[in-house]
Amino acid sequence: MKIVVCVKQVPDTKGGVKFNPDGTLDRGAMLTIMNPDDKAGLEAALRLKDQYGAEVTVVTMGLPKAEEVLREAMAMGADKGVLVTDRVLGGADTWATSTTIAGAIRNLEYDLIITGRQAIDGDTAQVGPQISEHLNIPVISYAQDIKIEGDSVIVERQYEDRYHVVKAKMPCLITALSELNEPRYMTPGGIFDAYKADITVWGRADLKDVDDANLGLKGSPTKIAKASDKVRKGAGEKVTLDADEAVSYIVDKLKVKHVI
Amino acid sequence: MNLEEYKGVYVFAQQVDNEISSIAFELLGKAKDLAKDLNTEVTAMLLGSGIKGLADQLAEYGADKVIVVDDPELKDYRTEPYAHALASIINQYKPEIVLVGATAIGRDLGPRVSARVATGLTADCTVLEIGDFPLQAVPGQEQLHNQLLMTRPAFGGNTIATIACPYNRPQMATVRAGVMQRIEPVKGAKAVVEEFNPGFTPDNKYVEILDIVKSVVDTVDIMDAKILVSGGRGVGSPENFKLLEDLAEVLGGTVSCSRAVVDSGWKPKDLQVGQTGKTVRPNVYFAIGISGAIQHVAGMEESDIIIAINKDADAPIFDVADYGIVGDLNKIVPKLTETLKAEIAAAK
Repeated sequence: MKIVVCVKQVPDTKGGVKFNPDGTLDRGAMLTIMNPDDKAGLEAALRLKDQYGAEVTVVTMGLPKAEEVLREAMAMGADKGVLVTDRVLGGADTWATSTTIAGAIRNLEYDLIITGRQAIDGDTAQVGPQISEHLNIPVISYAQDIKIEGDSVIVERQYEDRYHVVKAKMPCLITALSELNEPRYMTPGGIFDAYKADITVWGRADLKDVDDANLGLKGSPTKIAKASDKVRKGAGEKVTLDADEAVSYIVDKLKVKHVI
Repeated sequence: MNLEEYKGVYVFAQQVDNEISSIAFELLGKAKDLAKDLNTEVTAMLLGSGIKGLADQLAEYGADKVIVVDDPELKDYRTEPYAHALASIINQYKPEIVLVGATAIGRDLGPRVSARVATGLTADCTVLEIGDFPLQAVPGQEQLHNQLLMTRPAFGGNTIATIACPYNRPQMATVRAGVMQRIEPVKGAKAVVEEFNPGFTPDNKYVEILDIVKSVVDTVDIMDAKILVSGGRGVGSPENFKLLEDLAEVLGGTVSCSRAVVDSGWKPKDLQVGQTGKTVRPNVYFAIGISGAIQHVAGMEESDIIIAINKDADAPIFDVADYGIVGDLNKIVPKLTETLKAEIAAAK
């Protein structure tokens, strides 16, 4: 079985957020990690590899620096890493990102593609389903459990108040929830091997069946009109009170506001 | 693409088990505002099996027209038949704007459909308005009017971005649940109902649902609650949530919680407020023993009145609270419950 896992290097939101003058993210200026949902997707792939035997190829799109997440993935147990990087791909929205990644995956053999549900920077959850549409394969989003049965996958697909047990023939794309598992650590041997391993680097010319009109900032249908730090409602009153005082304070406020 | 051909504000009227989801009514409320600004109509797209009878309800909440796709293939949500139906409606009717709820269904359906009809999609919007793109005129660039401006938080609520989709149609957005206001239903309102059959040809993409397992929830949806008594790790133990439940009961409210509480296994996930939980905007939000991480605040800061009780005077929750009390919840909450009980009894 061949599994492709899509991962994204994302800014660690604890490190603060910086923008370019055009409103897009200044990714170069922030500390980075492997996106948590993607890491769960990678772990799911590695477990399938442990259980059924599989070749796991990790694909990422980003700045050259995104090679770091590929090496991390390989140190965890992935077999191959593909970095898609090219100046003309920069500033892509989810549409242009998904056309790019689909263009890269068309060069690979796969039975299963696993992506994280969403990345912590954009929080859109769109790229996985969009890749599946470009590749014309089924998608099962929000997976909380993945099993293989013959030529099919059986997935627990999460909703707000239920889950569906869904069966799909492979090839198929699954988006993983971070609740899916607890990702393993890199092993010392794995880190050593991953450091030496060859990473495949693809640029625009290597993407298969993709029109220039669907790539990068220019190929992005959505345009940023404005981006800014969030302006929050200011703090109200803060009082330090003993229990009796606190109770009459709250009751008083609830009366003034006609809650009681 | 001739952008002028695209007219009307369309809403995906999500239903589950043939019951319309509250997000559909919220979207209709917003769609009505947008349609007014654009001098156009609101159309609801109702997909399912045996759902024709639900059209009147959509009319009462603001739909001028309802397009119904009623087919056994649409009984329970599956990406492909739903995406096929929605994309077919879009190709046939050419809407200017398509709104979809940012639910576990909509966040799967929206991207699949947007990719199929080759347009942009903005995720998890919290503000939608009609305006110009670019916002200010730029020399050498045509300023387009009557654009859908979609505002959304990113980075766990640290930043907000306003996004337009100026050169593609439809302009598509998924919209966070609990943010838009539904209208007061107009009893007896009728919409033009049109049945549409896109034809379904099952293939590999029509996945098979082997089983549906519903979680047992007997509580009120926290997104519908007028008063929420929300607890964090500071409550100390699952047993201690009894204090919050008593307070909620006296006020006719509902208990909710922070992510830490769910992660500790004290409360189920559907009571979680915040970025990875639900967005709530009750009349009163009690934040009890909640430190106020940014992800939590993103889910509750639109509440009308926020009352925080926390023993840590530096807790970030006090930055958003209208009324912050630095004190011991174990002493304050039971007394508050008792006092309110007496007050409410006296008022009757």
